[in-house]
Amino acid sequence: MNKYMIYLNGKRCIGCHGCEVHCKANKNLPVGPQLCEIDHSVMVKVKSVPKTEFTFRSCYHCEEPFCAPICPTNAMIKREDGIVYIDQEKCIGCMACAGACPWTIPQLNPETKKAVKCDYCMDRVDAGLRPACVTKCTTHALKFVIMQEVV
Amino acid sequence: MTKSVYSICGMCTVRCPIRVETENNKVTWIEGNQHLLGGALCAKGSAGPAMIADKERPQQPLIRDGARGSGRWKPVSWPTAYDYIADKLKNIKSEYGPESVVLSSRGGPWQGMYKSFIHGFGSPNYTNHDSTCGRNTHHSSLSLNGVGRKGFVYDIKNAKHLVLFGRNMFSSLRIAENLQTLDMLDNGGKLTYVDVRQTITGLKSTRFFQVRPGTDYALALGMIHEIIRREAYDSDFIDRYVTGFDELCYFVEQYTPAWAAKECGVREKAIKNFVDEVLEDMPKVIFHPGWNLSRYKDSFYAARALHILNILMGNIEQKGGLIIPKGPGDCGKKGINAIDIPKPDIKRGDGVGWKYKHFDKGPGLGHLFFPTMESEDPYPIKAWISMRNDPFSCMPDPKRQEQYFDKCDLLVSIDVHYSEFGWFSDIILPECTYLERDNGICVQKGPKPRFGRRQKVLEPENDSKPSWEIFKNLADRLGMEDYFPFNSIEEYWKWQLEPTDYSVKDFEEKGFISLSDEVVMYDPEKLDGQFNTPSGKIEILSQKLDKAGLPSLKEYVSPLRPPKGMFRLVYGRSAVHTHGHTVNNPLLNELMPKNSLWINVKAANKLGITHGDLVDVSSEDESYTGTVEANVVDYIHSEAVYMVHGFGREISRQTRCLHAGISDQKLMVNKLDDWDQAGGAINLCEVFVIVRRSVRNPKRRVEL
Repeated sequence: MNKYMIYLNGKRCIGCHGCEVHCKANKNLPVGPQLCEIDHSVMVKVKSVPKTEFTFRSCYHCEEPFCAPICPTNAMIKREDGIVYIDQEKCIGCMACAGACPWTIPQLNPETKKAVKCDYCMDRVDAGLRPACVTKCTTHALKFVIMQEVV
Repeated sequence: MTKSVYSICGMCTVRCPIRVETENNKVTWIEGNQHLLGGALCAKGSAGPAMIADKERPQQPLIRDGARGSGRWKPVSWPTAYDYIADKLKNIKSEYGPESVVLSSRGGPWQGMYKSFIHGFGSPNYTNHDSTCGRNTHHSSLSLNGVGRKGFVYDIKNAKHLVLFGRNMFSSLRIAENLQTLDMLDNGGKLTYVDVRQTITGLKSTRFFQVRPGTDYALALGMIHEIIRREAYDSDFIDRYVTGFDELCYFVEQYTPAWAAKECGVREKAIKNFVDEVLEDMPKVIFHPGWNLSRYKDSFYAARALHILNILMGNIEQKGGLIIPKGPGDCGKKGINAIDIPKPDIKRGDGVGWKYKHFDKGPGLGHLFFPTMESEDPYPIKAWISMRNDPFSCMPDPKRQEQYFDKCDLLVSIDVHYSEFGWFSDIILPECTYLERDNGICVQKGPKPRFGRRQKVLEPENDSKPSWEIFKNLADRLGMEDYFPFNSIEEYWKWQLEPTDYSVKDFEEKGFISLSDEVVMYDPEKLDGQFNTPSGKIEILSQKLDKAGLPSLKEYVSPLRPPKGMFRLVYGRSAVHTHGHTVNNPLLNELMPKNSLWINVKAANKLGITHGDLVDVSSEDESYTGTVEANVVDYIHSEAVYMVHGFGREISRQTRCLHAGISDQKLMVNKLDDWDQAGGAINLCEVFVIVRRSVRNPKRRVEL
């Protein structure tokens, strides 16, 4: 079972898109790829106040990812704790992973010509820290959650 | 080697505390200060390193090499640049007198140095951007409370109800204040939001009033009426500290909730229900008196009405109310040394202090230098030094401004970026970015006062200099060496901290020096002496306004309705941009490369405009037209169109944002003179624009 999840508290999210830039700055990504995104629904009135729902999306880190087996160089790896990441050394930028992914999550980094995707900032996680988007969320709306099976 | 440095962000003028990690002179991590913000930072804050890497900024001093505004520049060395400016300033001084030089800045905690420079030079003419920002709010607070806009901080976290009139705080982003507001909401607090359109802030509200543009004052008057009628005010506070309450009661009698509801286009019952809530929540109700209320012809009086609502709540120096900021003295500590060269005893060129006696003389009113440039009365204005201030972006009608500025012999721009004014100026001095420069130590007043410090994180990428060094070098060349008695920032910091018991080492642990561990509060029963008005009380009838021949309680006048085919132009900001400063930042430009025109769905239907269509937006005289996409929405008043400020730039070296989107200030043709005689600010929303579906919408394709 996947160990981690990023949860958005919609009550605190102000749609400032900070998380998207925190991610890009941490991964040193150029203009183009975007590894997480905030979206919102059409406004509807709730108790006479127009409201919308914000949603956060990055990689789903599937239990059985389609992107991993299709990779010709075995660069797409699912870790024990569920994190799916790309070994940048092995990646050849063929983007087969993007084609296999139902949401086209992996993207090409135009500078390195290799695929990039959310890996929950695993270097930070392994150092006992939280992903960049969560750590720096402007309103503390994003949470890095360790999942636990309720028996 | 990895370094970790505490500093202060500079992507906008909120100046959030940050911590930055670097390796080999590159930023590897940047976050909000954990001790104050729990790591939180906004998109702009994270895009700081992208700005440093951006080559579309001035790389070294540039002297104009063609006509003004032609965009032709000659790179020069710093000594050449300093000499050029110093020689011109000396000539202007000997020919016209030192007072013919104006220095404008963006304000903020380090303005003492810029102000002292111009005072030391011999000119009283220091100014800033505030006549297009908070001047009305500032002057309204001064007229009532005897203290300016910064005379109160808002204890939102402990409030039960926050009322915001057009204060779109979740797009303006003051992170500490935002966190307080969301904490308040999490604790069951209420948020009432008033605007002509639904915003991110309004989304979080528990009550939303969508009002007709320009009717904020009416709604506030209706609220005052109902609060007084229901006796939902603190009569002890009013007896003790307030004069003119009876006159207020008499004045608001005519402004019933029924009247206000009709005027604003809201429901009477909603106003009454709102007052029910206020009754429950007072005194922990904060009416935010606004910030950028340089909007309508009665914004000054609207801001006064909001202050009056706070006074009715009796919320001053109450938990969950308006708190008087405390300084080092309130904590039994000594303050720091600050450069403060007194203003020369010469009439200001903008008329503030002699022609207009009811305004704060501090920064005066920037836009009132233009008539002086024309009339040369009381003296000519011959040079303008702009320190990170862009008059062309913040004030209306830059084409008209160009005509005025052309009368000057010297225009200097000191900035991190190319500004629209800088592009027209004679010389650009590139300041280092906030991550590449040190600034003086500043006092951060508040319930828990602190000393803060911006510290250099990186060595500069370009041939740029920190502002202290620029002013020091200019001062040395102008015979003002004694005013800046230091040669390095370390010497400067040491001199600043001399009177205190602290040293710079004390900043290392947390990035700031906390002057009190506890919140410092005055006794709310003993606030005498806090209100610096002529009577020492909060003056609902202001003696100062009276002397200037201005009413304290102004009769409401309904705003004009736009003629057919025209709309009232309303501007605002987005959470991902700091006006024109960031629209060319690679990462922020990627998020929002252009603005759009928000238009009400019914109004759009009448003009045959559908969502996503290109529309031509023209100034009233049609001398400026821009084309943008229409954002057709339900929740904007049908009289208004809205756009994010900062776009429509025309600087060819900023390729990402060149001609992207449309500029609100360029649509404000002939509006430079439309300013508030009582509050001092320019009326930036007294502007109508023409909207048409653009012929540029493609019908078919004829090219191969």
